[in-house]
Amino acid sequence: MPSVARSVPVTPPQQAGETPAISLRGVRKEFPGGIVAVHDLDLDIAEGEFVTLLGPSGSGKTTVLRLIAGFEQPTAGTVLLRSRDVTAAPPFDRDVHTVFQDYALFPHLSVLRNVEYPLRIAKVPRAERRERALAALATVRLEALGDRSPAALSGGQRQRVALARALVNRPAVLLLDEPLGALDLKLREQMQIELKEIQRTSGITFVFVTHDQDEALTLADRTIVFSEGRVEQAGSAQEVYERPASAFVAGFVGTSNVLAGADARAVLGRDGSWSIRPEKITVTAADHTAPAGWTTAVGVVEELVYTGATTRCVVALEAGGVLSALLLNGGGNDLPTLARGQDVRLSWRPEHEIHLM
Amino acid sequence: MILSTPARWLLRAAAIGVLTFVYVPLLLVLVNSFSSSATFTWPPPSLTLQWWQVAATNEGLRAAVVTSVEVALLATLIAVVIGTLASMALTRYTFFGQEAVSLLVLLPIALPGIVTGIALNTLFTQALGGLTFFTLVAGHATFCIVIVVNNASARLRRMSGTVEEASTDLGATPWTTWWLVTFPALRGALVAGALLAFALSFDEIIVTTFTAGPGLQTLPLWIFQNLFRPNQSPVVNVAAAVLVVISVLPVYLANRLSGDSAGAATK
Ligand SMILES: Nc1ncnc2c1ncn2[C@@H]1O[C@H](COP(=O)(O)OP(=O)(O)O)[C@@H](O)[C@H]1O
Ligand SMILES: [Mg+2]
Repeated sequence: MPSVARSVPVTPPQQAGETPAISLRGVRKEFPGGIVAVHDLDLDIAEGEFVTLLGPSGSGKTTVLRLIAGFEQPTAGTVLLRSRDVTAAPPFDRDVHTVFQDYALFPHLSVLRNVEYPLRIAKVPRAERRERALAALATVRLEALGDRSPAALSGGQRQRVALARALVNRPAVLLLDEPLGALDLKLREQMQIELKEIQRTSGITFVFVTHDQDEALTLADRTIVFSEGRVEQAGSAQEVYERPASAFVAGFVGTSNVLAGADARAVLGRDGSWSIRPEKITVTAADHTAPAGWTTAVGVVEELVYTGATTRCVVALEAGGVLSALLLNGGGNDLPTLARGQDVRLSWRPEHEIHLM
Repeated sequence: MILSTPARWLLRAAAIGVLTFVYVPLLLVLVNSFSSSATFTWPPPSLTLQWWQVAATNEGLRAAVVTSVEVALLATLIAVVIGTLASMALTRYTFFGQEAVSLLVLLPIALPGIVTGIALNTLFTQALGGLTFFTLVAGHATFCIVIVVNNASARLRRMSGTVEEASTDLGATPWTTWWLVTFPALRGALVAGALLAFALSFDEIIVTTFTAGPGLQTLPLWIFQNLFRPNQSPVVNVAAAVLVVISVLPVYLANRLSGDSAGAATK
């Protein structure tokens, strides 16, 4: 285990010449009935990278995983694993293991025998099999429960068994389909930290599907935002959040704060759609003057949503449009007596105005 | 459920009535097979094993029991093999006409035995050159398959398909997956289905009448033919007692088994 925590997640650079762990080339998946789940997808995932696929329900995330695992055949395009063309290869002939959303543990086998299963298939000798399975259970801190039946485990424990079973034979790629979806918030946050740790120490390529933007941004070296079977944007957490490429991404990742059309012209003096993240906006009294060079607009407080650490302040602008500002409840606010109906001035640096395609 | 006292008494009386109606005649048959009187007298004057000895040396009866066991075993074996394959096809794959096939497979249980019997009789005598031991087995297999398909499909439907996907994902071929994952989950249901199929075949008489080769007698056929011969009546009682035991035991076991495995699945 690394004792020194890295302060910033390192994005593995897509170096030229290095073969990606996974390559999807023009992959398209059509289901009977004309549903196109994946449109002509081109995607490279580097060796050792932690990638999250983020998108709303029905956007094709599971289908992409199933195409990589081999449960679905693409209608067009090729799937490469470490530059080997596996488009037509069955799932058992791909060095890819999956953590299923419903865990899919074998009900008739004990926890230990579940984890031993892939080693048994790979004809690893009995003694070594046991040793490695116990080691895998230890990494998910379940070594004491090896004799239990999966039915006698809690949801969080089953999740860990599924993870140990998928990792024990060290696949080149681990696919995880909303693996934390069924867990409560505390457990989910704890598992996120453990997953990140396991991924870092094992160096295995992780492809993690989620519809939860916080989860996606927390875990990933790179987040790929999906909508209706297409990639909307791919990039680091920072890129996707700070520089959303489309109105969809701006809305799906973080709070939608978009000025478009007439509102954009009136407030920003520009055409097109623009996004400003709520925490970049400063709220002051209406008669305050904004710092030189900042964009500014006055409006009326419509809504104040107190959420503990922060307050969301929704302001209807005089010039048109609605913007939310996020205020930290730090005690040092200029406006301790913010109230609904109050006139306020919003201001922000122009570089925080993100042009959306 | 909370019931008023009169309602409880009514239900209790009804249950006792039904059980009496079903089991008292059965008990009479069993007791009679040990009665020293050759005709029905109640209470039996004294108890004896005499009729069991007579029955044991009765060639016709012995041959009938052997035929019944052979037919039931073979029909069950065929039903288990075909029934397992059919239930896999019906629950694990999608194909054109699946709904129709799934209905057609279950239909023989709803068809009156006499219709199945006549239909099979026509097929066997007109197209396949007459009735033999094997046409009898085939006739029995038709309804035995239904039992196995029913039991196995119910289990397969309850079992999440992702478990099999997980197995192939972890490197197992479909064949290995079948042996290590699907079959162990299915085993209890198959044994229960086989036991029920055996019991059904063992006391079947209508389809048997239409599909048995000449000279072949199963135990129910033998009983039916000897029922009205007065001198045979004590031996018929013995045969009936044997029939009851051999048919009820598998049903009891099957019940125990499915109870156990259902408990394990929901635990
Ligand atoms: N086996 C299937 N048959 C038909 N349509 C499917 C099948 N699997 C998925 N789809 C459709 O493909 C689209 C994408 O589904 P999916 O990949 O499960 O999305 P997500 O995982 O993002 O929720 C959906 O419209 C879904 O209804
Ligand atoms: Mg999904």
